Amino acid sequence: MNAVPLSWYLILSAILFSLGVAGFLFRRNIITVFMSIELMLNAVNLAFIAFAYQLQQVDGHIFALFVMVVAAAEAAVGLAIILTVFKNRTTLHIDEVSSLRN
Amino acid sequence: MDVPLFLLFAAIAVACGVNLVVQTHPVSSALSLIGVMGALAVLYLLLGAEFLAAAQLVVYAGAIMVLFIFVIMLLNAGGEKKSRNRPRLAAALGIPLLMLFLGIISFLIQRRVPSSMTVTFGGFTGGGPGDLGRTLFTGYLLPFEAASVLVLIAILGAVVLGRKEID
Repeated sequence: MNAVPLSWYLILSAILFSLGVAGFLFRRNIITVFMSIELMLNAVNLAFIAFAYQLQQVDGHIFALFVMVVAAAEAAVGLAIILTVFKNRTTLHIDEVSSLRN
Repeated sequence: MDVPLFLLFAAIAVACGVNLVVQTHPVSSALSLIGVMGALAVLYLLLGAEFLAAAQLVVYAGAIMVLFIFVIMLLNAGGEKKSRNRPRLAAALGIPLLMLFLGIISFLIQRRVPSSMTVTFGGFTGGGPGDLGRTLFTGYLLPFEAASVLVLIAILGAVVLGRKEID
């Protein structure tokens, strides 16, 4: 009873990723949608590190590190875009930001 | 001791993840996301990724979430309004289909991953900063440099978008 099956880690990763997808689709606040993306990236990181453990190689950790770098860059640019959208539209509701739809 | 620790922190992560999706106020969602990240940092430690557990706390739960909280505070974001015309079929079928999807995925993972593959604490000792740095600066030097250019571009983009006179 001392060893956790690897599949449990992968299932946890799948659950967190699906929660991120659900939040991305259901929520209407642009900031919450953005946080759902971060949740998905975290879930992918967990899968990377679980496989790195199984293969006994540090390469998976490097990939997770790069995902963190990309997430940080994405958060900086995305939040700047959110600020600009709010400045021009004074709304954070996704349905009201639809000028590219039609 | 591994299994109770995993179950405890996996439960915390899933509970905080569900809370992130169901809360309507962005600040509640942000706090839930910090909970998910803290629980995941513990799971990284269990998997032998010491450096990434520290980086998870410092970069994700520290820097990125502070940025989120800062923007929420700056924009004075409140609870969100109801969506105007959400299809009733999608609202009724969404959660059951999500559960079905998760069940199928879990079943497939259980089938495909042999039960002999297990994780014990201390079974992988190559996740310290030294090992990570050696691999990063030898085998992955070009991606590392590309990442530095990416971060530079992100800084420039954020500065340009954050200027006052943009419209």
